[in-house]
Amino acid sequence: MKIAVCIKQVPDTTDVKIDPKTNTLIREGVTSICNPFDEYAIEEALLLREKHGGEVHVITMGPPQAIEVLKNALAVGADRVYLVSDKAFAGSDTLATAYALSKTIQKIGEVDLVICGKQAIDGDTAQVGPGVATRLGIPQLTYVSKIREINLEKKKIIVERLLEHGREVVESSLPALLTVVKDINEPRLPSLLGIKKAAKAQIPTLTAKDIGADENRIGLKGSPTWVVKVFSPEARGGSGEMLKGELTEIVPLLVNKLMDTKFIK
Amino acid sequence: MARLLIDKDTCTGCESCIPACPFGALSMKEGVAVVDEKCTFCGACVDVCPVRAITLEKEEKAATIDLSAYKDVWIFIEHEFGKVSNVSFELLGEGRKLADAVGSKLCGMLLGDKESVDQFAKEAIAYGAEKVYVMESPLLKQYRTDSYARAAVDLIRKYKPEIVLFGATTQGRDFAGTVATTLETGLTADCTGLDIDPETKYLRQTRPAFGGNIMATILDYPNYRPQMATVRPKVFSMPPRDDSRKGEIIRETLQMTEDQVRTTILEFIKGAETVNLVDAEIIVSGGRGVGGPDGFKPIRELAGVLNAAVGASRAAVDSGWIPYEHQVGQTGRTVRPKIYIACGISGSIQHQAGMKTSDIIVAINKDPEAPIFKIATYGVVGDLFTVLPLLTQEFKKRLGR
Ligand SMILES: Cc1cc2nc3c(=O)[nH]c(=O)nc-3n(C[C@H](O)[C@H](O)[C@H](O)COP(=O)(O)OP(=O)(O)OC[C@H]3O[C@@H](n4cnc5c(N)ncnc54)[C@H](O)[C@@H]3O)c2cc1C
Ligand SMILES: Nc1ncnc2c1ncn2[C@@H]1O[C@H](COP(=O)(O)O)[C@@H](O)[C@H]1O
Repeated sequence: MKIAVCIKQVPDTTDVKIDPKTNTLIREGVTSICNPFDEYAIEEALLLREKHGGEVHVITMGPPQAIEVLKNALAVGADRVYLVSDKAFAGSDTLATAYALSKTIQKIGEVDLVICGKQAIDGDTAQVGPGVATRLGIPQLTYVSKIREINLEKKKIIVERLLEHGREVVESSLPALLTVVKDINEPRLPSLLGIKKAAKAQIPTLTAKDIGADENRIGLKGSPTWVVKVFSPEARGGSGEMLKGELTEIVPLLVNKLMDTKFIK
Repeated sequence: MARLLIDKDTCTGCESCIPACPFGALSMKEGVAVVDEKCTFCGACVDVCPVRAITLEKEEKAATIDLSAYKDVWIFIEHEFGKVSNVSFELLGEGRKLADAVGSKLCGMLLGDKESVDQFAKEAIAYGAEKVYVMESPLLKQYRTDSYARAAVDLIRKYKPEIVLFGATTQGRDFAGTVATTLETGLTADCTGLDIDPETKYLRQTRPAFGGNIMATILDYPNYRPQMATVRPKVFSMPPRDDSRKGEIIRETLQMTEDQVRTTILEFIKGAETVNLVDAEIIVSGGRGVGGPDGFKPIRELAGVLNAAVGASRAAVDSGWIPYEHQVGQTGRTVRPKIYIACGISGSIQHQAGMKTSDIIVAINKDPEAPIFKIATYGVVGDLFTVLPLLTQEFKKRLGR
């Protein structure tokens, strides 16, 4: 089967620190990583290839340095990778990003399955997956925690979706797009050989023209939303009261304070 | 193309703009600021420049649509298991303010089967909707992307709302993404604040990004309508219910057949816990400090007495002590309970991203230096295995349970 996986390079939020004086993000020395949910997406594609045969195609749209996440994808065993990069994509919001990714997937052609992460940890929107599915005109299965069954002949897939109250078991026609949550698998580490191979690999860059994108639908021009202001969240009110003393005193004190809130019924 | 322009002669090289950039796109070169391709034209640097050396050249998009054709604020009335989700009522409360600010009507959008729609429409009116647009069909009994998206797109195209709001639940986020893409309009995810620009009357949407480390305010360009957003549950309070309210119900039927819906729900496996994290008013969470699967016993006991849900840090989930459904944080669930009790959790930035907006945070940790204490309303330094049983006992006594 032919599987396309969309991955995004994001800043590692473990590194993100706030400047206590200016209350702004300190970006210096912040490394970039593959969006954690997307690692599960790659792994699931590799597992499916092991089971059903086929090819895993990994796509990222971003600036030239996003090539790093594609090298990782090659190192763990992706068959082909694509860097979708062009100045014309700058400022793309989720609508424009989903458009560009869907054009790339159409260019790859004939995919049975598209896998995305549940959301990217920089924007946390979870909109690109549904956007790509809608543009491609294929069904979407979001928050997938397990693939139960794939039948390529009958073009059917059965998955479990992790929702607020439990798991929904859904059958869908193929091709389809999945967004996956962390529970679905345990991503593998690259092998030494894989890393060596990836280091040498030539990674193709696709421009807006290469994927046949309509210039009115990409970049700022194709983005309906517009960030007008960025600011630091208000510091948490509530001062932070450390309860000191013997536990025999602290515990009833804490219980009093919590009972006073009237939230406990 | 939009461009960020930095006037070399005006720039004093003060570097104020560099930390202001959320994308790390600015740096210093030969004493003046320069911008690279990471720039997304957000304009955060423009405001901080003390000498106004930075300007953002936005390409003006020609308005191609008739804005005056779009009226009213619509709230998607989400329901599951025969019940309207609270977030829809919360949004009716907030939607009232928005509708008043733009001078329009507050409406509900309700999709469902015959059995449910009448009752839910009445409830939407009781919580403030002046009109409810109802699409009724057996295909809409349960949420499925295909049938719901078709129903919503048909209603929105026909009645042209100016603003459409959805709860940022699993259903709402699956749904809104599809609807917005089909309509080719903007969608802002997971908002925590909404207001109307007093001048333009456009919707201003505020949301956290980068795991809650920064906030962004987002507008939709005027030539895209409707303006759409998903909004986090529990950000806005429930409006009062008034069953004497009257409202208009507009009914449409869905032109779609079962074979056009590409998915079938085979079964639903209910979660093991009785209280779900997202709706929970109180959450007791355990981290690596609980030491093993048995360590969740005192957590569960306290949760039991308080009718609370049980949460966990990623460290506890990754160790296999508790299933992933319980994980709170950036790669788990975002929760906003009234009370969050963190036990043996250090309070990493990723954990905080999922719980920082809780009303009251109680931290119980052996290490007085644990970062969780910085955001805690009340902190107790101590061993959770001693503190929790005492707490449970005390609550039992007070609550007579
Ligand atoms: C991309 C990414 C995404 C992530 N997403 C998430 C996420 O969604 N959610 C999440 O939680 N984490 C997430 N993490 C992991 C996060 O960085 C931390 O590693 C994790 O939250 C730590 O969990 P912890 O606080 O339970 O463990 P630790 O940091 O090890 O803290 C354990 C704490 O327990 C205390 N303790 C020990 N014994 C006791 C005792 N007997 N009584 C009282 N206190 C005790 C210790 O003093 C310590 O403070 C993510 C990380 C990355 C890189
Ligand atoms: N620029 C991008 N390039 C490739 N995939 C992306 C990109 N942005 C988002 N995605 C995919 O869409 C998912 C959801 O992203 P988001 O909607 O930004 O939260 C991610 O987990 C990726 O699988």
